[in-house]
Amino acid sequence: MLKNLSKQQKDIFKIAAAAVIFVIAMVLHHLPDIAPAPAVILLFLAAYIIVGYGPVSKAVVNISHGKVFDENFLMTVATIGALVLRQWDEAVAVMLFYAIGEAFEHYAVNKSRGSISDLMDICPDFANRITEDGEETVDPYDIMPGDIIIVRPGERIPLDGVITEGAGSLDSSALTGESIPIDVAEGMAVSSGCIDLNGVLKIRVTSEFDDSTVARILDLVENSGSKKARVEKFITKFARYYTPAVVFSALALAVIPPLILHGGWSDWIYRALLFLIISCPCALVISVPLAFFGGVGAASRIGVLVKGSDYLEAMADVDTIVFDKTGTLTTGIFKVAGITPALAEDGSSLMTEDQLLGLAAHIEMYSNHPIARSIKEAYANDLSDSNVSDVTEISGKGMRAVIEGSVYYAGNAGLMHDLGIDDYPQDEAATLVHIACAGSADSLSGAEAEPEHALYLGHIAISDAIKPNAQKAISLMKQSGIDRTVMLTGDREIIADKVASELGIDEHISGLLPEGKVEAFEQIITGSDGKVAFVGDGINDAPTLARADIGLAMGGMGQQAAIEAADIVIMDDDPSKIPVIKRISKRTIGIAKQNVVFALAVKFAVLILGAIGLANMWLAVFADVGVSVICILNSMRMIVSSRKEAERI
Amino acid sequence: MKKSFKLENLDCANCAAKMEAAINKLDEVEECSISFMTQRMNIVADDIDAVIPKAQECISKVEPDCKIIVR
Repeated sequence: MLKNLSKQQKDIFKIAAAAVIFVIAMVLHHLPDIAPAPAVILLFLAAYIIVGYGPVSKAVVNISHGKVFDENFLMTVATIGALVLRQWDEAVAVMLFYAIGEAFEHYAVNKSRGSISDLMDICPDFANRITEDGEETVDPYDIMPGDIIIVRPGERIPLDGVITEGAGSLDSSALTGESIPIDVAEGMAVSSGCIDLNGVLKIRVTSEFDDSTVARILDLVENSGSKKARVEKFITKFARYYTPAVVFSALALAVIPPLILHGGWSDWIYRALLFLIISCPCALVISVPLAFFGGVGAASRIGVLVKGSDYLEAMADVDTIVFDKTGTLTTGIFKVAGITPALAEDGSSLMTEDQLLGLAAHIEMYSNHPIARSIKEAYANDLSDSNVSDVTEISGKGMRAVIEGSVYYAGNAGLMHDLGIDDYPQDEAATLVHIACAGSADSLSGAEAEPEHALYLGHIAISDAIKPNAQKAISLMKQSGIDRTVMLTGDREIIADKVASELGIDEHISGLLPEGKVEAFEQIITGSDGKVAFVGDGINDAPTLARADIGLAMGGMGQQAAIEAADIVIMDDDPSKIPVIKRISKRTIGIAKQNVVFALAVKFAVLILGAIGLANMWLAVFADVGVSVICILNSMRMIVSSRKEAERI
Repeated sequence: MKKSFKLENLDCANCAAKMEAAINKLDEVEECSISFMTQRMNIVADDIDAVIPKAQECISKVEPDCKIIVR
């Protein structure tokens, strides 16, 4: 019957059987009239063998490997010592509770692992490739870039790609923690790991499986355990000295006092056995990594990947956060923010806003520059039937086009200067596209001729929208103990100033070239006492991310290089996740420290009580197993609270 | 070179720490870390394939049932 059970079920079965026998033996032990003493002893021994067989046999095996400080060995020596001293009940109790503690540890660890295995579920098992003779189901590893795959409702997108046919909405919550579905249509890029909620999608794959979003995330999560936090390293080191120290004290305690006092051997050996029971550092060795594991898990549940527990630890000490502007605090998507037609001499507008926008859209109709695209997007009308000809690009300045016989220009201040226009607004906190008309094309001989004088028609202001959560994020950061916020940008001062003051950022440095960012950051980091974090997304942010104490990358829009250089990746680009991560970090460290202090305090207290003869094995078992269980439960709070944290956002 | 391996039957956190210490003592190993929580070993060495049997030896001494899964 036992064969069909898992190892853990067998363990529980053994514990239950031993516990029942133990309780019966205890009752009979305290009622000596009912059963003869030898029968009671046999019951105790039976319970001991059931629950102690595993540890004792392991101890024997380990002894042959020369492992003296193995916990099985220590428990075996302590309990056999107790049996020799005829402390039957205590010997069984120690073994029984030891087994219960082990079983609980397994349960807790498996439970925590299960809680982040949701994240591991993002891995797709198959991909449906479209071939000449239909469709075949293959391993995602076998798909090459350029292949066309088909994804049906309910399926997970196996590889990154671009939709070639079909539309629908995707659930990206496994990647970003964001529960609102995103709508996708033909021509849009999609990430592996998202679930197709409705609609059949044909996708042209753009990367091999190993380079896909899913593979990268799994790699990050699986490697997150390799960067251990300072507290974890301390515990490992401490454990290496603690156990031998306690065991040798036990030995000294068993031998030296009886020699000096000429007797009392059994009393002192009993005290030494207590030491052996307390000598296992299990409570710390398990509960501290468990807390960090829970913290990393909590972060991943809200769509933030922490690459190692040392980064989670360092996040708690961050007091200065430096931001990149575009793509980090702003969306990185240019939008028309204002349309200002020029005024005629009588004070009326030369044309309506729509007319000016339409004109600009026509001049820029063949340009693919982000600014041109934003203008065309704002205009939204069909441009195809319009009478536009002789379109030329004036490099670094703008565009020239002939529309219905007239020559028009759209471009920057430099272009206006060339056209002899000097009366235009310059100091606005946005990128301005100026539009001018140089009169009839016929009066100018050929497309190359530059006009003597042109008429200024007005300008269109283009700006990069601030992310909806950015302002809230900054104020939450200040509440969570960030003293100083700085924004670095390559943009003009006037734009930087506007964004910074709108968001409540303390300082900003503008007009930086990519190399200048690292230098500016260097100055901030050397002038700061606490840890300095940098948040960025672009490819030119990678050196700064690497230089920072903690580098946070925006994962959704961010470049691969930035994500690789970063320590923490925010999958959905939402800056308001930063204060949440800081909170998770602080709570994780709090729990880890509580465990360290509590476990050490109890262990040392019981060691002292044991040495002076005021403790018994029940208390020692509490100091070992009881403390372990309490510490593990404390660490598991981190896993439970991660669910709440996820719900709060 | 750095490589990550899954460990099977890694049962106790203290054992993981002991294995990690033992593997780090190998001359060929630059750095090794074992995560009990993720049941993984990350190892940095010049010739990883040659190191794996030795690492397995260190692991078996601590926990005989524990195996490195080589894909």
